[in-house]
This record gives sequence, structure tokens and C-alpha cells, in this order.
Amino acid sequence: MAFLKVENIKLEGLAACVPQNIERTKDYAHISKEEQKIFTFGTGIEERRVAPKHICTSDMCYAAAKQLFKDTNTRPEEIDVLLFVSQSPDYFLPATSIILQERLGCSKQTMAFDINLGCSGYVYGLSVLSNLMNMPHFRKGLLLCGDKSSFSPSYTDKSTYPLFGDAGTATIISKDEKASPMFFNLQSDGKGWESIIIRGGGTRFPYSAETTKKKQVAPGIERADCNLELDGMEVFNFSLREVKPNVLKLLEFADVDINNVDYFVMHQANKLMNESVRKKMKIPIEKVPYSIHKFGNTSSASIPMTMVTGIKDELSSKKNKVLLSGFGVGYSWGTALLDIENLVISELIEIE
Amino acid sequence: MIDENEFVRLLENEFEDVEEGSLKPDSSYREIPNFSSMYALIIIAFIDNEFDVLLTGEDLRSTETIADLYAIIQKKLNK
Repeated sequence: MAFLKVENIKLEGLAACVPQNIERTKDYAHISKEEQKIFTFGTGIEERRVAPKHICTSDMCYAAAKQLFKDTNTRPEEIDVLLFVSQSPDYFLPATSIILQERLGCSKQTMAFDINLGCSGYVYGLSVLSNLMNMPHFRKGLLLCGDKSSFSPSYTDKSTYPLFGDAGTATIISKDEKASPMFFNLQSDGKGWESIIIRGGGTRFPYSAETTKKKQVAPGIERADCNLELDGMEVFNFSLREVKPNVLKLLEFADVDINNVDYFVMHQANKLMNESVRKKMKIPIEKVPYSIHKFGNTSSASIPMTMVTGIKDELSSKKNKVLLSGFGVGYSWGTALLDIENLVISELIEIE
Repeated sequence: MIDENEFVRLLENEFEDVEEGSLKPDSSYREIPNFSSMYALIIIAFIDNEFDVLLTGEDLRSTETIADLYAIIQKKLNK
């Protein structure tokens, strides 16, 4: 049972970056006006940010980290651990975190590595980084989290293309003996490995002319093996089945009453899905911020993106008990419960 | 549990473009105007919320009419 309790660590600062370029659901010409309307009604997505060719996840995380260093008066050399969580690295190898270590001006003493996770990535990343930070000599850690999800869907696949937005985020955590403990409940179920998948381009099915050949899979769904594939119904079923018990078990482990949680920040998968989960747990709507309408599903960046664009003022002014829940590709899912106080949050950064 | 006709009425309310009284138990729900995979998710969410019964993709693929949906819920509730 992956229940974790981490002491002496606090969230110090948070920044998020998106590309300037906007794509709107109403301009997605592959589906009819009527389908566009139903899509927005169900998913909540009106528009999302799509990065041009020259902007990668690392570029967005870099811009977020730069701004955050400035806003928290952090020198890059102070970073002991740099963790990059993404499923859209710059290269197969080397790890993108190491490229970013040098680019950001962090010292050679920095421990840098990548974690390959999507929707659950922010919660997993936070748990790994905060645990490492409890090493005696560590002071500050940098969590870079995000995806350029737009690199993989096929334009002619209505089940994936209009869902995903690009974003990169940076979070600084630091040692603080007065910090309240953070709690985590982390889970995995490889039975769902095919529900969200890019089949071609890895070592199982290396990139070739074959993997780029488009095939008609269903009405409105034409894609190749190198494109993202998503079984919406299975993922929906998984989320309704697993998120609530995961959250309730964490609250029990932490001995916290659900009514004492100020904000529930959920991965921004799909409005209908999140609203169903919210209603199942009887959480009032004002405690559940959203960013999906303006930014789509931003993968591992969705939780920090929602904090930056939805509850910035609340998180930067007073003490809040916040629950973060990420769930999806893998399947992998997890929840974090933490007290956030005087968090430095940068204004949303846009790059072109 | 509510009866079949009541179930049809509640399901009608879930869809924006469906007029009250236009669906019958033996209506094929896939023939609802503009039916899409999003509607399938709306059905799953509605049934989970109303009956605490979670349908899988396989369950949905095995059904055709609203009466089929009602039957599968009853079956799962009686398990």
C-alpha cells in the first residue's frame, strides 16, 4: 500500500507556461457544428493552447522555472534535485532533466532525472521529490512537469485531437521544519496499459513507414500507430471507479475530515468526468477549480495549471488545506494532501 | 428501484436535444439525434450517479435499447 507521509517540506513557489497559440473547438473542422457543441458540453473544452514546432515541453518548463527563480529570489545553484516529469521528452536520450540542469544554470552538484508519467505525474513527482528532499543536505528541489501532448494526436481523430493542450510548469519545494506533513496515496493498474497509448515509435514497434500509415478505425477516427490512441469509455469507467476510494483512503490515513479540505484540485480530464467524481464525493462546486475550458487536458501540468489560473489569490494569501488528485494513462493515479501557505505564484507565462 | 418508464424520463433529461416523451423503453438509444461517444459517457455518468452502478464499455456495447440498459442495471444491482 503506497501511503506516504512526508515531513519538513513545503511548497515554496509555482509557475506555469503555455504557448500563445490558441486552437478553439469551434474551429475544429473535422467534426460538425453539432458535434462541436456536444463535445464542449461534455468535456468543457472551449479552447486550448497548441505549441508551434519549435516549442517543446522543456522550453515551457524552462520559461516557468526562470520566472519562478526570479519571483522566489532563488539562485539556480541552490537547486539540489531537478526532476522532469513528462511523456514528451526532447529526445529518447539523454534525459531532458539533464539538458535543463545546464540550461537553467544549476550546478554540477545537482541530482537530475526524468520520470515518465502523464496525468498522475504531478502527484507522483511531488511525492518522489519531497521524499528525496528529506536527505540531510538537501535544501531545495525543482519539479518540472508538463507535456506537449499536441505532438502525437492525428487531426482526423476526433477522440483525441480536440482534447489536449500544451503546458509546462515549475514548482520549487524546500526544507522547512515548521511545515505540516504532506500525505500521499499512490496506485497503479497495468491492466489499463492499452487504454491510452502511442503504439508506434518505441522499441516494441520502432518508428517506420508502417507506423505512420493512417488507418480508418471508426467513423471520425483516422490515425496511424505513431498517433495517440484513447479509449474514452474505459478511461471514464476507470476514473469513476478508482478516484473516490483513493481520495477517501488518503483522508482516512491522514485523519482529515473531507469537510476540512479547502480545495480539491483534480486532473483536468473531462468536465463530465470530474463533475461526476465531485458529485460522488458530495464536494461543493466552489471547492473544485477548473482550467479545462480554456486550456484543455494539459496532462501532468493540469493540476499546477489549475492552481495558477483558478485559485492563485487564495493560495498565495492564506493557509489552505489542498487535495491534489491525478489519474489516467497507465493506469496510474494518486492523491496528495497538503497545507499550502503563502505560496509564491507567478503570473501565467505565455511564449511564442 | 424506479420503474422502467421513470428511467426513460430521467434519461431523457440528461440529453440537451431530446424532447420529453420522445423516447420509449424499446427505443434504440444510439438513434438519439446526434448520438456520439460523448452521449455514451453521459449515460455511464448518469447511471453511476443515480444507481451507483458502473457500466463498462463492454456493457454498453452489449446493449441496444433503453430497456436493455434498464435490465443490465437491475442485473448488477441484484448481484
